[in-house]
Amino acid sequence: MDALQGLLMGFSVALTPVNLFWCLVGVILGTVVGVLPGLGPAATIAMLLPLTLKMDHTTAIIALAGIFYGARYGGSTTSILLNIPGESSSVVTCLDGYQMARQGRAGPALGISAIASFIAGTVGVLGLMLVAPPLARFALRFAPPEYFSLMVLGLAMVVFLAGESMVKALLAMLVGLWIATIGADLFTAESRFTFGQAKLLGGVDFIAASVGIFAIAEVLVNLESQGGAEIFKLARGLRNLLPTLRDLKDCRFAFLNGSVIGFVVGALPGAGATVASFLSYGLEKAFSRHPEKFGTGVIEGVAAPEGANNADAGGALVPLLTLGIPGGNTTAILLGGLILWGYKPGPLLIHDHPDLFWGLVASMYIGNVLLLVLNLPLVPLFAQILRLPYYVLYPLIFGISIVGVYSVNNSLFDVWIMGLFGLLGYVMRKLDFPAAALVLGMVLGDGLERALRQSLMMSQGDIMILLTRPISGTLLFFAAVILCLPAARRVRSWRMEAIEREG
Amino acid sequence: MIESRGNLISAATLAAFGIYVILVAVKLPYVSEVGPGPGFFPLWIGIGLVIFALCLMLSSISPSRRAVPEKPPFWRPAARALSGWFSMIIAIALFGVIGFALSFVMLTTFLIVVLDRRPVWLALGVGIGLAVIFHLIFVVALDVSLPAAPWGF
Repeated sequence: MDALQGLLMGFSVALTPVNLFWCLVGVILGTVVGVLPGLGPAATIAMLLPLTLKMDHTTAIIALAGIFYGARYGGSTTSILLNIPGESSSVVTCLDGYQMARQGRAGPALGISAIASFIAGTVGVLGLMLVAPPLARFALRFAPPEYFSLMVLGLAMVVFLAGESMVKALLAMLVGLWIATIGADLFTAESRFTFGQAKLLGGVDFIAASVGIFAIAEVLVNLESQGGAEIFKLARGLRNLLPTLRDLKDCRFAFLNGSVIGFVVGALPGAGATVASFLSYGLEKAFSRHPEKFGTGVIEGVAAPEGANNADAGGALVPLLTLGIPGGNTTAILLGGLILWGYKPGPLLIHDHPDLFWGLVASMYIGNVLLLVLNLPLVPLFAQILRLPYYVLYPLIFGISIVGVYSVNNSLFDVWIMGLFGLLGYVMRKLDFPAAALVLGMVLGDGLERALRQSLMMSQGDIMILLTRPISGTLLFFAAVILCLPAARRVRSWRMEAIEREG
Repeated sequence: MIESRGNLISAATLAAFGIYVILVAVKLPYVSEVGPGPGFFPLWIGIGLVIFALCLMLSSISPSRRAVPEKPPFWRPAARALSGWFSMIIAIALFGVIGFALSFVMLTTFLIVVLDRRPVWLALGVGIGLAVIFHLIFVVALDVSLPAAPWGF
């Protein structure tokens, strides 16, 4: 069966009233859990999995996948409006999205996020439909050395997160890497830097830390002046609440960049949407005509990571459906569901159960349209949050942060962690250390250490394994080029100054 | 000078922290039977921290850095921010004892009445209103079990 025939069959499955209804329920639920920090798609799908046992299996996977990619749409809302990352993959969206909100452009930021999500989500589904088997084979060529190099490439993005001082960014990143080592060792289970706290054996919760660093620190900065800093403006009129044609034109490369990076990184098991969003943000800034404006409220800085984390959803289904390999928590639960319903995810799934595979692919097209139709009209409504007076807004941010972080693991300890990271984020802001670099280190630290140690085990201690393998060597080469960019820029500016002086 | 003094203090703190990381890491096995041990990665992080902290220290005492215009001192406004942070920490501490709702109302009251000098009735209205909204969304709709006081909320 070729792709077109399969897709037509898929639409005949997905367009039945019952499947349409459950697709709608899935994407709405996904959007809600994405908007609220804490309760993520993995937990929601896990809770709903037992209810799907009596459902038709195609209907069930359509509904659960709707939650999965719907959450990616919703995750940007609190990042843009309140600087609270709803999902770990929305952390990067805080950087420019929240700055846009402060400048009265919350509406366009939310709108571009929905449009980027739609475009990238659709590209992700196209990729899933057209290149799933070859991409899955390519993903299988990623062994620990390749993963290590991919993580190094991700860490090299610190160059684009650094503000005035590269040294400060590197220090923040190293602290992030150290935080990622807290807990039981990956291989020997020996405890490291746990300060005698058994609750730290599982490591520092990423959502708790990032909510503290971004949301709590932001409120603390604004509490400095009585009456609160005048931070939130909101444009009036529907036209000003949606992206303009100019915005869309500015984002055309970001849409493409986010879609491709998100899909490819998503197809690599274990890499994840957060890595994809950091990579696409870095790439967008690297090729931008005004890289210095990133972090101050640039619309491409919202479109690229939001596109990446949505295309990742399509990519993540590639290894799941074609190889039976889950790339993250949510796909692991989806894999559990497929096995529970009696399927064997792997190379024969598409052949043996075309209705399930193509029904899911077609439902994702429909789901992406539904999400765009649902989300764009909600932009003006969500943007009204910024009209709240600051004496309501700050307690609201504190409350959402506390409840959201608590609800991830029902853990008061995580709320304490959030509080501590709030103070750390505040101090970093005051001393001009880029918080995003610390978060980057935290995100990649675990995977980086695991991949490095596995690589050295494979080669019996020979570090050359990282350079001699073609994919790994190429990725490291690109990382080295990126890391050299600031030095090259500095040399260029010195030369320009020298020429001007001579002239 | 303030900025460079801030850099100097943060660099010294990070260098000391790097040394602490190294000291803990050297107590962990650098190599295990199967390959690099649990001390391998943290040791290199610690070394990196010390090296870059020294770079920051050097750059903050270099003559060119001294010429940078000074930022105004931040400790006066920081006192307000830190009191907001302490009030949140106290609310978190009370969270498990008197429940989310009451501790949140107390936090809101402090922020609005003490830090923002607004009337108590407004603070209570905002606090109770938001607590009810959180209860409806998280506890009723999403079935999240927030810590409750002995009296049930």
